[in-house]
Amino acid sequence: MMEPMHLQYELEGGNFTKAGFASSEIKKVLKQLNVDAKTIKRIVVSSYEAEVNIVAHAYSGIINAWIDNEKIVLHFNDKGPGIPDIEMAMQAGYSTASPAVREMGFGAGMGLPNIKNNVDLLEINSEVNKGTLVKFTIGLTPEMN
Amino acid sequence: MKIQKINELLNAEVVCGEITNDSEIAFAFASDLMSEVLTIKKDGIVLLTGLCTIQAIRTAEMSDIHCIIFVRGKKVSEEMIELAKENNIILLKCQYSMFKTSGILYSEGVQPVY
Repeated sequence: MMEPMHLQYELEGGNFTKAGFASSEIKKVLKQLNVDAKTIKRIVVSSYEAEVNIVAHAYSGIINAWIDNEKIVLHFNDKGPGIPDIEMAMQAGYSTASPAVREMGFGAGMGLPNIKNNVDLLEINSEVNKGTLVKFTIGLTPEMN
Repeated sequence: MKIQKINELLNAEVVCGEITNDSEIAFAFASDLMSEVLTIKKDGIVLLTGLCTIQAIRTAEMSDIHCIIFVRGKKVSEEMIELAKENNIILLKCQYSMFKTSGILYSEGVQPVY
């Protein structure tokens, strides 16, 4: 049995150089914990998409990750414009991303749908002109998956 | 196909990484859209891209892609090389277009993901 672990990272809106740093750190921790490669990929792909979303759309954000024996829970909390219509944002192909974001290889409206396809539980709360909280959980054991 | 062979077929240049004793590459995917790359479940693919940014390396890191080929002779930054080295990702660059690069690899038996 391992002790539950808590990780936290701060994000800066618009700073594409650092986008992915937090997910990279999370990947290192999961590897050390001997989580299987397929599960790690689902976690870090989702985490990276969520991280890019904050860098692309928000002013700042905080990532919190809690890991225990059964699961990883990730919260992506940002201060930003918020999502006026979450249902629309969940649709593949819908995007409000800027040309700068598209130049980085994102902004095609695939992020949130891609997260949804990889996680076990997903919850999105958003308030326009305040920010967005994306929460997801991925099981680390076969029973949870 | 060995990365060494890919390198020869494309007249490519090794930007970083050791390509002599590498594992077999069976599949390739060509895209400039990183979100699309992030949807691929298959492991051990080679990524062909014209997107020469740090996010291409990050995407490879998250997707367990161990080799990226940059097409059209794009300039790879020091920052990208460093991140690639940290993650044991081989970077190649070639002068050919994405179309020609894909065509050569496809005709030599590298499989598409879809």
